[in-house]
Amino acid sequence: MATIALKDVRKNYGRNKVIHGVSLDVADHEFIVIVGPSGCGKSTLLRMVAGLEEITSGTVEIGGRVVNKLEPRERDIAMVFQNYALYPHMSVFDNMAYGLRNARRSKSEIALRVANAAKMLELGSLLDRKPRALSGGQRQRVAMGRALVRDPAAFLFDEPLSNLDAKLRVQMRLEIKALQRNVGTTSLYVTHDQVEAMTLADRLVVMNEGKAEQIDTPMKVYSKPASVFVAGFIGSPAMNILEAHVGVDARGIAIRSGVTIDLPEMNLPNAGMPLLFGIRPEHISVTSEERADMILTVAAVETLGADTLAHCRMAANDKGSDFVLRVPGMMPVYAGQRLPVMFDRKAVHFFDVKTRNRLF
Amino acid sequence: MNRATFPHKLLPYLLLAPQLAVTLIFFYWPAGQALKQSLLREDPFGLKTQFVGLANFKRVLADPAYVNSIKVTVVFSLATAFISMAIALLLAVQAEKIIRGKTLYRTLLIWPYAVAPAIAGMLWLFMFNPSFGTLAYPLRSMGINWDPLLNGPQAMILIVAAAAWKQISYNFLFFVAGLQAIPQTLIEAAAIDGARAARRFRTIVFPLLAPITFFLLVINTVYALFDTFGIIHAVTAGGPGKSTETLVYKVYNDGFVNLILGDSAAQSVILMAIVIALTALQFRYIERRVHYG
Ligand SMILES: Nc1ncnc2c1ncn2[C@@H]1O[C@H](COP(=O)(O)OP(=O)(O)OP(=O)(O)O)[C@@H](O)[C@H]1O
Ligand SMILES: [Mg+2]
Repeated sequence: MATIALKDVRKNYGRNKVIHGVSLDVADHEFIVIVGPSGCGKSTLLRMVAGLEEITSGTVEIGGRVVNKLEPRERDIAMVFQNYALYPHMSVFDNMAYGLRNARRSKSEIALRVANAAKMLELGSLLDRKPRALSGGQRQRVAMGRALVRDPAAFLFDEPLSNLDAKLRVQMRLEIKALQRNVGTTSLYVTHDQVEAMTLADRLVVMNEGKAEQIDTPMKVYSKPASVFVAGFIGSPAMNILEAHVGVDARGIAIRSGVTIDLPEMNLPNAGMPLLFGIRPEHISVTSEERADMILTVAAVETLGADTLAHCRMAANDKGSDFVLRVPGMMPVYAGQRLPVMFDRKAVHFFDVKTRNRLF
Repeated sequence: MNRATFPHKLLPYLLLAPQLAVTLIFFYWPAGQALKQSLLREDPFGLKTQFVGLANFKRVLADPAYVNSIKVTVVFSLATAFISMAIALLLAVQAEKIIRGKTLYRTLLIWPYAVAPAIAGMLWLFMFNPSFGTLAYPLRSMGINWDPLLNGPQAMILIVAAAAWKQISYNFLFFVAGLQAIPQTLIEAAAIDGARAARRFRTIVFPLLAPITFFLLVINTVYALFDTFGIIHAVTAGGPGKSTETLVYKVYNDGFVNLILGDSAAQSVILMAIVIALTALQFRYIERRVHYG
């Protein structure tokens, strides 16, 4: 068990800059999820912690020890790969025992540890099988078991669930969470699935193009996204972002001519300042015409069961902008309908037009 | 299974015919001839022929020169197969590590395969010729009394070197392909699991190369047994004494040079039996331990 600290970690492949300075302090026992779109550098970051990728600059510390120049085997970490990377010529038992054998543990200790891990992961009856005789879910468990038996300072996961079907993914997600709670090993977990990220993480690292845009608890990331990117990436469907500017008397904002939202409680900056206004689909409610902030026209409806997503236009003749709101499943909505809506004043977000970072 | 149906009954046989003809003419017919010949005794001019049963076999197997030839063959084949495979594997592993110029390096390593056996033999003979060989000179200056034309073990070393050298390219190609088929994440997982490079090679890479190694073992043994005739003929012609006379070379020597046709035919038949037994053995015992992905 250990802390992990990244200090301004950078990675270049030749002239191609992939990680532009990521800093992160992981507490002991903490479960950190690194999330971001494909190609943002999540795997690269994780592999630098693992020692599989050289660190161009900055430092990585595991348990207070700088590991930049250490081989993977000297870092006391275990990793679960996306394709599981099970040794195909070894039985499940040998796969799990491999690391312990390399560490020259005694036969009895190996047998005991593998048996314990196998029990935790319900692999007891599969110990003699070769990986090719296992289902995807079982392989996944063996990969977990292989990490678990070593009792390392940290677990590293690189999209361990992305090869499983949706149902199994949910189940394994819960199991991984429970397992990590149980053994308390510090974990770094990479995924591009935001639900996985939200449900597993003690803290989230949202990455975009080689930078950590926000590092915070899932709820904080959801309720106070640090940038337009984070706002759009976390939460599904994505937050609605509209161009706006501060109203004349600085008591509200104007989205477009005719549509103003009064925000008397908020400390708005100078009148006329342009900004980006954000509101999540679930923070917009249907109301009566007189109380409405805005009248929308429904363009398309997606029925999810519990909820319905209404894709709306701000004006009937407006082709471009898609404005999404989430309404309860029982509520009848149909295309072409006029919807008077109101925004939840406590759940509005403002971002800078240029930097696209959160203003307030 | 999908069964292809042919519009005409004769067509499949016609399609098979060229292959069958080649096998019949170049394998079964000579093999049958050898088998027949091995039971006969014929004088060198082919004037008198007489059926002698297994007498040829008895004489061949009792001949100390034949037993010597078996020993020579075993040493030569094992040494050639082992050395060429070991060096090829080493080169393939090193080639994997190269980042720049990988293709050039590989291309250069494949060239020796294009050299004909006899020419390869001549090349090595010239390089190591005791009187004018470029590489014989440094050997002598190191105090080694180098003369493969007179010294049996040295002659063996020279033909093993030439035969192995020629086969390295072939083995190299297969090992490179085999190494590329091993997923990089397996190596990485092993590295994280605490295995150093040498241990990773022994416990992960080598076992996963086993199917290819096995295949190459069969191919190289057969190569060393048969395809090296040109090299031996060019470099030592079986000498000095009979120190490099392999079974195949002895068949040639007895049959075509000394014209003892019955003995030579009996030897061919024994050789055939050896190859069949060897291949069967290899498949039966070694292949079992091979893990196919
Ligand atoms: N060996 C390499 N040489 C050059 N560029 C590389 C190399 N490996 C990765 N990259 C680049 O680095 C960037 C980050 O890659 P990385 O694999 O870390 O992305 P990721 O966030 O894990 O994506 P995904 O979700 O698709 O796995 C990508 O733009 C990729 O093209
Ligand atoms: Mg990745």
